[in-house]
Amino acid sequence: MNRVLIAEDLYLLRDGLVHLLQAHGFSVVGAVESGPELLKGLLELRPDVSIVDVRLPPTFTDEGLQAALAARKSVPGLPILVLSQHVEQLYARELLADGSGGIGYLLKDRVFNAEQFIDAVRRVAVGGTAMDPEVIAKLLASNARHEPLAALTPRERDVLEAMAEGRSNAAISQRLHLSESAVAKHTANIFAKLGLAPSDDDNRRVLAVLAYLNSRG
Amino acid sequence: MFRRYGQVTALLALLVVQVPATLLSFAMLFLAIALGMVFLFPPQVRMVRRLAELNRRLMREWTSVPIEAPYLPKPPPPVPGPDGMYRSDRTLYKTPRVPAWNDRWKWMLTDPATWRDDLWLAVDPMVKTLLLPLFVGLPEQGLRLYALWSDLTLGATAASRLASQVSHLKRTRNLATDSQAAEMRRIERDLHDGAQARLVAIGMTLGTAEQLMDGDPAAAKALLAKAREASSETLTELRRVIRGIHPPVLAERGLGDAVRALAMDSPLQVRVEVDLPHRLEAPVEAAVYFAISELLSNAARHGGAASATVDISTNGPDLRITVTDDGMGGADPAKGSGLAGIERRLAAFDGLLALNSPPGGPTTVTMHLPRVLPDHWSGDLGRMPRWKMILVGFLWATAWCPTFPQGFVAAIFKIFQIDEKTWFLALHLPGPWQWPTIIFMILLGVTMHTMAIRIPATHNRDRWLAEATPSRLWCS
Repeated sequence: MNRVLIAEDLYLLRDGLVHLLQAHGFSVVGAVESGPELLKGLLELRPDVSIVDVRLPPTFTDEGLQAALAARKSVPGLPILVLSQHVEQLYARELLADGSGGIGYLLKDRVFNAEQFIDAVRRVAVGGTAMDPEVIAKLLASNARHEPLAALTPRERDVLEAMAEGRSNAAISQRLHLSESAVAKHTANIFAKLGLAPSDDDNRRVLAVLAYLNSRG
Repeated sequence: MFRRYGQVTALLALLVVQVPATLLSFAMLFLAIALGMVFLFPPQVRMVRRLAELNRRLMREWTSVPIEAPYLPKPPPPVPGPDGMYRSDRTLYKTPRVPAWNDRWKWMLTDPATWRDDLWLAVDPMVKTLLLPLFVGLPEQGLRLYALWSDLTLGATAASRLASQVSHLKRTRNLATDSQAAEMRRIERDLHDGAQARLVAIGMTLGTAEQLMDGDPAAAKALLAKAREASSETLTELRRVIRGIHPPVLAERGLGDAVRALAMDSPLQVRVEVDLPHRLEAPVEAAVYFAISELLSNAARHGGAASATVDISTNGPDLRITVTDDGMGGADPAKGSGLAGIERRLAAFDGLLALNSPPGGPTTVTMHLPRVLPDHWSGDLGRMPRWKMILVGFLWATAWCPTFPQGFVAAIFKIFQIDEKTWFLALHLPGPWQWPTIIFMILLGVTMHTMAIRIPATHNRDRWLAEATPSRLWCS
């Protein structure tokens, strides 16, 4: 449940991540620093969750992302949390394209808030999703011209945003200071307006929303 | 046939203008130089140039001899210094009139084409007279010969082409370094006012927190949280600056995906079509990326467009980018949109920008960057034909034989009068034939070696000559 692999080329960040995760009860099964090592580690160690930097040696392009995509192709749903100094809709869409859960895409700054970061790691490990608010904002912005999204009330939009980030109903109610039943009502409305099949499972619901956002724009 | 006679007649009739013009122009030249009436020089040059240009144009139209104008590029208008004065050598002027006149005068005086024009003007009536029999008998050939004479005196020379190319390169280099410097200044300002200032604030907050740590831990904790928040804001700020310098997607994925990412983030509905087999060179990628980014944001901001199309394709070694939007059109580069900036950026690669934006739209911008693709994937590298490769292989395999054993070694045997003949052909021949055969063998071997080296080297000569000279100096 808590075997974790880390791929990060900067020593300080790698070390920091190792300490942070160990302090929260994870066991770090590997800390690699290049793309090929990462792919090998992902396929051989099958960690419960991996934390992967997009840009890695040897080419310093998007090695980490490519390795993550390749690994998830051969092991569907392999939980991976991708970290980057910048977030791109393009990468988010690629990561979400296979429609299976256990995927995260966050800005590196999110590590600053240890509690939320660990929460995101746990969510990805159990097959959930953790999308950076900035990615969600961009996805929503490029979907904004579509009819159904424009029909949402501002409150529903807030709920949709939080849901797309990968949060459960409980977490959303806490963040937006709403009762859980109110959140449930909002989500039901959102699903009706977007024409999606309702579901009680948090993860499946999030994936449906992300798939919806990903299919347009 | 009759047309040719008409042309010949017109050419001869021109003498009616040409002869008085010649007399006048030499009178003006004499006054300008001998009596110091320099103000007569520029009008004289202008008059002669007009006559010469008329001749070039007629020859271009009547015969297939393309005569290029050989003149050096005009001097740029004088630029005022920081104090608003215009400098010409060591003198300062309040108005640009005198420096401009000085520049023009020097430009005309130092251009060899000015004197070649005068030579043409002086000799031309004689040439026409000499060619008269040919004009009457064979007007076609006569005109052709006359065109060659015109080309000789009025055409561009290698030196004039080089000079105009140097001035073109100088201009584009200045533009490139200028825009580079402006970029650097902008980045410096962004970092100075943004990230740097924020880091100072974070340092101060941390310092205060340190002091409060013992006395008021709660306040210290609040300050630390504030510092963390500020560091997050600094990162956001830095990300924005980095995007302006070199977008990370561009570095990570290359032009195609970077433009796709741009399209996704654009408020417009953008369709992107990219046909690039490999990655471009980094400076080209960046220039094209920022150009497209600017065009898309222009379309959204000023053009009121709802959708756009970006098409990136290659044509041999050239790169072509088309950006079309369905906005209201009427874009005007003179009105200070970002188009001038894009042009400046592209100028460093000899790139051109064509804008078609009728009122009411649609707006189409086409950018053309010649020869920016690496040759190995432009596809016209041109492998040597098979027979040439076999020939080169054969030459390398056999050229040693005539040179060394049959040539030099036989010569050494002969010089030292060694009786052995072994397999040296020359030594088996009768006495008088021996030296010529040895020399022939050496020459044959050297020739074969030279061919083996030259054939592959000259195979792609046109291409690399063309590449070595951006504006096709040798290909014209």
